[in-house]
Amino acid sequence: MKRAVLNQGACLSSPSPLAGEGWGGGYAATSAHVASPPSRPAAPVDLPRKGGGEGSKRGDIVIAAVALSADPSGALYWPEHGLLAVADLHLEKGSSYAARGQFLPPYDTAATLARLGRLIAHYAPRCVVALGDSFHDCGGPTRLSAADRDSLHGLQRGRDWIWITGNHDPEPAAGIGGVFQDTLTLGALTFRHLPTGASGDVCGHLHPVARISQRGRAVRRRCFAADGTRMVMPAFGAFTGGLNVRSAAFADLFGTLAFTAHMLGEDRLYAFHARRCLAD
Amino acid sequence: MSPPKPPDLLPDIFTRWFAGRGWEPRAHQLKLLAKARQGRSVLLIAPTGGGKTLAGFLPTLVELSERKRDSLPRLRGRVREGDDIGTGQIPPPAALRAATSPASGGGEGKGGLHTLYISPLKALAVDIARNLETPVREMGLPIRLETRTGDTPASKRMRQRRDPPDILLTTPEQLALLLATADAPFLFGTLKRVVLDELHSLTTSKRGDLLSLGLARLFALVPGLTTVGLSATVAEPHELCRFLVPQPLDGENAADLVIAQAGAQPQVTMLDTEARLPWAGHSARHALTEIYDLIKRHTTTLVFVNTRSQTEFMFQELWRVNDDNLAIALHHGSLDVAQRRKVEDAMTAGKLRAVVCTSSLDLGVDWGDVDLVINIGAPKGSSRLMQRVGRSNHRLDEPSKAVLVPANRFEVLECSAAIDAVADNAQDTPPLRTGALDVLCQHVLGRACGEPFLSDELFAEVRAAAPYATLTRADFDAAVDFVATGGYALKAYERFAKIRQGKDGKWRVTHPRVAQRYRMNVGTIVEADMLKVRLVRSRRNTSMIPRGGRLLGQVEEYFVEMLSVGDTFVFAGEILKYEALVEDEVYVSRSTATDPKVPAYEGGKFPLSTYLAARVRGILADPRAWRALPDQVREWLEIQQWRSLLPPAGDLLVETFPRAAKYYLVCYPFEGRLAHQTLGMLLTRRLERLRMKPLGFVANEYALAVWGVGDLGLRIARGELSLSALFDEDMLGDDLEEWLAESALMKRTFRSCAIIAGLIERRFPGEEKSRRQLTISTDLVYDVLRKHQPDHILLRAARADAATGLLDIKRLGEMLSRVRGRIVHKALDHVTPLAVPVLLEIGRETVYGEAADALLAEAADELIKEAMS
Repeated sequence: MKRAVLNQGACLSSPSPLAGEGWGGGYAATSAHVASPPSRPAAPVDLPRKGGGEGSKRGDIVIAAVALSADPSGALYWPEHGLLAVADLHLEKGSSYAARGQFLPPYDTAATLARLGRLIAHYAPRCVVALGDSFHDCGGPTRLSAADRDSLHGLQRGRDWIWITGNHDPEPAAGIGGVFQDTLTLGALTFRHLPTGASGDVCGHLHPVARISQRGRAVRRRCFAADGTRMVMPAFGAFTGGLNVRSAAFADLFGTLAFTAHMLGEDRLYAFHARRCLAD
Repeated sequence: MSPPKPPDLLPDIFTRWFAGRGWEPRAHQLKLLAKARQGRSVLLIAPTGGGKTLAGFLPTLVELSERKRDSLPRLRGRVREGDDIGTGQIPPPAALRAATSPASGGGEGKGGLHTLYISPLKALAVDIARNLETPVREMGLPIRLETRTGDTPASKRMRQRRDPPDILLTTPEQLALLLATADAPFLFGTLKRVVLDELHSLTTSKRGDLLSLGLARLFALVPGLTTVGLSATVAEPHELCRFLVPQPLDGENAADLVIAQAGAQPQVTMLDTEARLPWAGHSARHALTEIYDLIKRHTTTLVFVNTRSQTEFMFQELWRVNDDNLAIALHHGSLDVAQRRKVEDAMTAGKLRAVVCTSSLDLGVDWGDVDLVINIGAPKGSSRLMQRVGRSNHRLDEPSKAVLVPANRFEVLECSAAIDAVADNAQDTPPLRTGALDVLCQHVLGRACGEPFLSDELFAEVRAAAPYATLTRADFDAAVDFVATGGYALKAYERFAKIRQGKDGKWRVTHPRVAQRYRMNVGTIVEADMLKVRLVRSRRNTSMIPRGGRLLGQVEEYFVEMLSVGDTFVFAGEILKYEALVEDEVYVSRSTATDPKVPAYEGGKFPLSTYLAARVRGILADPRAWRALPDQVREWLEIQQWRSLLPPAGDLLVETFPRAAKYYLVCYPFEGRLAHQTLGMLLTRRLERLRMKPLGFVANEYALAVWGVGDLGLRIARGELSLSALFDEDMLGDDLEEWLAESALMKRTFRSCAIIAGLIERRFPGEEKSRRQLTISTDLVYDVLRKHQPDHILLRAARADAATGLLDIKRLGEMLSRVRGRIVHKALDHVTPLAVPVLLEIGRETVYGEAADALLAEAADELIKEAMS
């Protein structure tokens, strides 16, 4: 069991601030349960992990010759520019469903912002880029609770905040700070919502997840899908589901299966060639 | 007390009908009739073939025949004895005036719905309707009876609401739907009686909860309503008697009990195989030719197995040795309906020599002339076995005949215990459920769809249902709050409320759409996600997926998840190759493989009953009882006693020993696989915390084995590890809590609750989609809810389910409490005979104890090795 070590201003190679949150596409591992009494320390146990070899060096993904640090929480950090990117927050998805009669817990926005907050505290980025579909629908920003709005403004304080427009939130909205852009190009990279396949694309929209099977058990996780030229980031929002990387959409984008799925683990990424991944 | 004389009770026309068939009314039929005529509710417990159904309907038929004689009989159907009508108490001619009713629907519906019959299976409702038509027709009774199931056309359903038949045969779900309409008071206003068939099977699930709430509603709508429950023998008939009547605020109320005379004592024996008894596994392949010989020597044999995969396997194997080309068929719930019907029809027509089946054939329907039941594998429970045995030989005066075929050594013990239990007629059906909160939520919405309600009134009404007799007001209010706005502490959804309280204090639905969606999602059966299996041609050297082909049936999604393209498995009696997954269909082709890769299935849905488990422990502890066992098994136990020991019945034996560079801890609680798996999860957690480095565990019905790299025996000997601390009940506190956070089983449990309660809808108007297409995953909802509102009503509902369901926590708790201070440790240098079966499960069964991340790491490392070598 691992617990988050919140390490303010730590260097980039330190463990993710979200390690141990079990944030993995619903296949959560450990989590600090509310009912656990504080008396029993959550001591990390020295379990011999099967293998535990080198794997892909944690977090390093190169796109168009730019080295990016991929966080196991699903965020991307570009040290050179102090830029933190997250995709598909889908804030206010719960209330969007509620309006249609399915009362999903109204805690998704708070949960997503809290996770984002821990990342921001850890990386202290100069700029945050939300890669579109930041709100589940156009009415989302107006349904934002006062508390969530405050915490959003708190996160934005002292840094640039760029809302890339997405198909769920094509229009700029009032009251949520930041600036609105369709794309952001920085050096060799272009941050946008919809994948175009162009070199240097860092995009969202597809919510990639990968599934592998080991010893008769299938593990399905969110993942970064990348082939050295372009990347699709995993969805970050609390209620965001996923699309299997073996779906046609990915083949269309990358052409064949020549890409890697970097699956989100508890405290590191696990890289698998797309051919090794299973369809749903 | 002698039963009342027939002439007092039974109108002549009935007496003559019985006589005409060469029958005499049975004592229990008359007893039930007498009680019903006094206005009592009755539970009838009778063996299969005891004329149970007729008994249940007799009061209704008699009453209706009299009612009709009081009005103008307008007979329908072929009336052969029409002259006889009215020879009893001759009605005054004035009464004849009353019956000039409109011709629609036969004109006899004027009296309104008289009796509602509810069965767990729609096939049973249809079957019973057919059987009931015979006496109605032969006696010329002017009674209209109709069925109403999911298959009934909408136009007919609509008509039934306006112009109900005298007797309506239906299912719990249809009752809920009928109650959720504004017509309910009209429709049920005339109701006199509800007949509940196979009550013992209905009350063990959430369907029983839903039914109990529907009944409570009926009691409120129709004061004076009575019920007749029909049941196989159960351990606690009194609980079913309570189920049948409204419970008062204080104390309790119960229906009268009528018990039919038991049939002849069944002949149950264990197959004394010539072959070597397997140490593990469930296939019973060793006894194949002996099973085949039994089939050959009998007219019609039912071969019961415990899982669908075993039916497939046994069917395949039997045909492999079927040199005489006996008509042997296959029947399980996942087969395509058309295919099932074909088997059922052939069975009724007496064309089959044997059917290999699961519990899909456990219930109700009469299958003709079965003269032998073979039960393969563990009987699991004594009542369950008796019900299966009862499928053979429906003539009460002759004994049913059954042969048990244990598939491994432990099952020999279980079979032996079960045979003793049958001889003692010992029942071990589960106790009455406590009503589930998710079902209550569904019912609350249904009530609002029917008629606006006051909280106080509905609370009182719900408490009248026996499973909800102890419901607290707080839980009830939480359910109403959940239905209204989701039940969240953060009141964010008021403006989207589904039900709202008016100025009159009554809750009503806010929009007709809400009621429409309720109707599409009613019911408590949440199937595992199923995928259709379609037979296609094999693809050859091409990536083109062949299309078309016929449907073979359905398999669980989780099963398909384990398959890779090209894997072979057995389904619908054939060896199939997995070709592709296309939307919700699994494409398969016929395989030429002779040895399918039959993957590890879950052993069986039902865990060994607590009662049989105790009997098995009793046999183990008592060497004198071993004399009745086959030689090989006795020998096995004797060596165990010599090598290690066999503990007294109340003790828990824990063995530790090294084997192949690993150290094992094996214990034998005999509490069923589910409870053992939970125990395994919790034990490995504790061992991890104690830095004992567990690596994994495997569980079967009888034992649990945990292994690791550290010498557990040594640590115990040194006093560094205390077994009583390790097995302490407090593991059901924090350790359980932590594990529940990530348990896939718990998430599955939560998903069912979320769907039943209506948080997640399975269907939207106009589109019927499976979960694969649902855009929101209940796993994500579970994670978020657990973190932000751990006492939410759905989490509480899921916990309550986990206690008895997939995690069987309740049973584990009882076991831990039972063995406190009674743990016997044996440190050994060698694997013991008793431990062999569970260790053999490694590799066959899923090995637990490793987090998903460890699997990812392992998979990633394998790739590296591959790349580097």
